[in-house]
Amino acid sequence: MAYSNFFNPEETLDREGIEKLQTERLRSTIAHCMDSAFYRKRFSDIGLSPNDIKTLDDLKKIPFTTKQDLRDTYPFGLASVPLSKCTRLHSSSGTTGNPTVILHTQKDLEQWANAVARCLWMVGCRPEDVFQNTSGYGMFTGGLGFQYGAERLGMLTVPAAAGNTLRQIKFFTDFGTTVVHAIPSYASRLYEVMCERGVDPRKDTKLRTLVIGAEPHSEETRRRIENMLGVKAYNSFGMSEMCGPGVAFECPEQNGMHIWEDYYIVEIIDPVTLEPVPDGEVGELVLTTINREAMPLLRYRTRDLTRILPGECPCGRHHKRIDRIKGRSDDMIILKGVNIFPIQVEQVLGQFKELASDYLITLDTADGSDYMTVEVELIDRHIDDYAALQTLERNITRMLRDEILVTPKVKLLPKGSIPQSEGKAVRVKDNRKQYQ
Amino acid sequence: MTIHQLSIFIENKAGTLVVILRQLKEAGIQLIASTISDTVDYGICRIICSEPVRAYETLRDAGVAVSLCEVIAVALDDEPGRAADAIGILSDEGISIAYLYSFLLGGKGVLVFRTDNNERALDALQRGGLDIIREKDLSKLAI
Repeated sequence: MAYSNFFNPEETLDREGIEKLQTERLRSTIAHCMDSAFYRKRFSDIGLSPNDIKTLDDLKKIPFTTKQDLRDTYPFGLASVPLSKCTRLHSSSGTTGNPTVILHTQKDLEQWANAVARCLWMVGCRPEDVFQNTSGYGMFTGGLGFQYGAERLGMLTVPAAAGNTLRQIKFFTDFGTTVVHAIPSYASRLYEVMCERGVDPRKDTKLRTLVIGAEPHSEETRRRIENMLGVKAYNSFGMSEMCGPGVAFECPEQNGMHIWEDYYIVEIIDPVTLEPVPDGEVGELVLTTINREAMPLLRYRTRDLTRILPGECPCGRHHKRIDRIKGRSDDMIILKGVNIFPIQVEQVLGQFKELASDYLITLDTADGSDYMTVEVELIDRHIDDYAALQTLERNITRMLRDEILVTPKVKLLPKGSIPQSEGKAVRVKDNRKQYQ
Repeated sequence: MTIHQLSIFIENKAGTLVVILRQLKEAGIQLIASTISDTVDYGICRIICSEPVRAYETLRDAGVAVSLCEVIAVALDDEPGRAADAIGILSDEGISIAYLYSFLLGGKGVLVFRTDNNERALDALQRGGLDIIREKDLSKLAI
């Protein structure tokens, strides 16, 4: 059966067509935003009328929306529809601070599934494929996001979820899995365990395509994973504030990720001056959703650093391409696909009176997998036995795990062991080189 | 009736112990007994010394993670079976020992231990007629 190369007609719009559609959708999004108490106030605070936004160029009159805005309006303050119209909620982790909530209507979920399906189709996934998703489900948008997208495309979809590596490998061989979604470090782990078990991915499985995302990785890592598993690996970009996966995705050229401009208006700004930077220069990615009902976000500062790749892509799509993520304009850590802020660690440690206030988070890679060490200083003067120290260490580990969703290695140190730095305290040492 | 022991939290790294011992040396404090168990990342160094309170203050002021703990020390005749008798008294009372170490001093065997209930332990040991070492005896014994 002959298939088209494209999943949606919007994919092949030329620049003029894209910008025309964006202008229409921006206007209707602005009108719709006036149903949100937050945006109504934000517009009236600066004397901005919805009618002032007529062209794409007018977008810059609108103030940025930040993660702090999402926290301040937790849980439903940014909704532009009544809750009765919403059918799904995704929330970030975090028990110490306000998490962020993203609401979806049924139409939003359908649009999200369409975007993910479009991404997967672009890299050659077809209804004959078997798609296995090793992402965590639940609140983690990589789970349900890829599930619904793969189903929309028509693939046989296996919600294997995270972990249980032996079972994942058994599913590969038993179900004839051809496409896998995994974070890069887990792809390496899958290969290791296959080797241990004598499973040759090239001979014993039908794996052909790997979708990797959520965890920043280098081109070298991608090539290594491709060689190990005998697959083509495609970089995926998304974030829960923008639904989840399906925001931008590599095409078969593997040279930058097309960002779907019928869903988002893309800006790259200097995170300090907040002024736009020219194409090709690295800055912070700012996105405006123009295809969302429940909770449109205007000029949302993603804090991800990237650049627009100048020039045409030979694949025939004119949607702009962003480069792989170059870093963050804040202190967020991405570990095993989980977003972690050092303040979360600090707030947990602050609950232990046995500890001094200094701490050091170190991120390392061993055997292709990333891990976090948290060094803390003991100030308790009553600790005299190992049992108490071990209990303390276990309690700190458990409480950190509950907060940041990954299990760190906690290292107790005598007071004064953590090097003091001049000026701003260095809380995070990242040895992973993940942005290279 | 308990004596003071220094418990020092140290990182398992070359050179950490000597820094502590040198500080005690400079303060003119004499070690009577010490013990360290091995763990992966850290250890607790336990020290009985001539002037525990001054030793504690010296180390604390130097920024060492030290605590002053109360432990029980009993002097036993240096002959077979005496340790079994002493520990038997605690066992009969259902008292658990958190840790124990021993050394010889002035012809006597000394057992040092911390229990889950030092008060009851002391009471039982006294009733059993054991020679419990007092803090003021330490500096004398050390000479």
